[in-house]
Amino acid sequence: MDIFLQQLVNGLTLGSIYALVALGYTMVYGILGLINFAHGEVVMIGALVALAVMKLLAASGLPLPLIFLIALIVAAMACMVLGFSIERIAYRPLRNAPRLAPLITAIGVSIVLQQLAMMIWGRSYHAVPSLLPAESYEVLGAQITQLQLIILLVAALTMTGLILLVNRTRLGRAMRATAENPAIAGLMGVDANRIIAMTFMIGSALGALAGVLVSANYGIAHYNMGFMLGLKAFTAAVLGGIGNLGGAMLGGVLLGVIEALGAGYIGDLTGGVLGSHYQDVFAFFVLIVVLVFRPSGLMGEKVSERA
Amino acid sequence: MAQALLEALNLEVRYGGIRAVKGISFVVETGEMVCLIGANGAGKTSTLKALARMIPSSGEIHYGSERIDAVPSHALISKGLALVPEGRGVFARLSVAENLAMGAYHRSDGAEIAADTERVYGLLPRLKERMTQVAGTLSGGEQQMLAIGRALMGRPKLLLLDEPSMGLAPIVVQKVFEVIRSIAAEGVTILLVEQNARLALDVCSRGYVMESGCITLADTAANLLADSRVRAAYLGE
Repeated sequence: MDIFLQQLVNGLTLGSIYALVALGYTMVYGILGLINFAHGEVVMIGALVALAVMKLLAASGLPLPLIFLIALIVAAMACMVLGFSIERIAYRPLRNAPRLAPLITAIGVSIVLQQLAMMIWGRSYHAVPSLLPAESYEVLGAQITQLQLIILLVAALTMTGLILLVNRTRLGRAMRATAENPAIAGLMGVDANRIIAMTFMIGSALGALAGVLVSANYGIAHYNMGFMLGLKAFTAAVLGGIGNLGGAMLGGVLLGVIEALGAGYIGDLTGGVLGSHYQDVFAFFVLIVVLVFRPSGLMGEKVSERA
Repeated sequence: MAQALLEALNLEVRYGGIRAVKGISFVVETGEMVCLIGANGAGKTSTLKALARMIPSSGEIHYGSERIDAVPSHALISKGLALVPEGRGVFARLSVAENLAMGAYHRSDGAEIAADTERVYGLLPRLKERMTQVAGTLSGGEQQMLAIGRALMGRPKLLLLDEPSMGLAPIVVQKVFEVIRSIAAEGVTILLVEQNARLALDVCSRGYVMESGCITLADTAANLLADSRVRAAYLGE
């Protein structure tokens, strides 16, 4: 029981980070039908930019949580610029090209960003200073740290904000309209290019947030961290139903929980043959199962259009 | 004599090597209700899409005192040019109210928008009943009403209507055309594209007949209704 609760807490924390990243994939997919495989790298750059800011401000004497907040904001802004540039330079010229072209470009952008990060920050693992309080509470035998609580809270607030933005504002309405039919939205005066740029920027800001949170959670950041995280978040988006915001959130949290519980019990289940380092297997096992049995994902049902 | 609100000169639309619209010229004057009739594939929809800048074309398009053939599609509604596309084109996943709000996307006069929303609900009471419903669940006739209502939310001076009767039961078509007539009565200039020639010529004052990318006849609706070629080809007589 202790293991179950503990892994549930760990899984929810990890899952809420997956969800933030998955939202970036799903928003872009929803509006362009493009899988932005460079998104994981945006997350990584967010984490490393934040780390650089933290180091820069380390001697400033500012309160630690304030440094964290400044690092987060700078990282989010840097990633918004990055996301905007990626769309402008790599995807927009291919807007009307066959679907395979932007997909391959996305992989190219991902490699470029990773190499660029390696040149700037090197190949080594960087320790991320713990700027947030790390005391833990015991709840029903499970340890939950303040950092985990902060991650859960920040993720929940951000996602609530995103839902409100998409469902209750003029911009959100234009985003949904453009996702459904950019040409018709254009007739209403919506500049699709502007909406697409905004979508990339919002998704990238969420990615930066996720990058900062995940590096704070593990205390580590490196140039290659976006790859696996991006792949898993993509899995989460597919699990929830790609293109669907609620689906990305649900898929992210579910995937985090499945992974954590899998890692917690895999030793017992296999009589000690497989250990918890096999936890990545679960994410991709889930991906395969979803693709085989429910390719549209858990929430990926479309409203039928009547003629 | 009223002045031209819309004028196309040598308008041509190509899809690859195929010329769908072969250099046509026509005029719509302020306050007029004009129709463009013709068979399926004659190039009517392509003409409207070119006017709304949804597809590239060559030739000149004059609207009011400016040339709009290089203006992007999304900049037209603020000039008062709205298109109700073929097949309605409502946002199926948005609610009725949200669809109407999209029609006023380019406007920022909140109180006036609210007043216009009420006006549209007054004109199309069915929409008010279904305000919170997702547009994809509406019937075809309701979707057509919504598409028209949404265009009205932009306060158009010129309304381009593409096949508003398409796929609708005759009784519903009658209702849709009553609404169109009342919009015209309010002073909105209308260019109507229809396959149903009788319907179109009954409500319009003038008409153009399109055949495989060319305008072959241009006359008053009364003369076109009496024309033996029109009667034979489009009125089934």
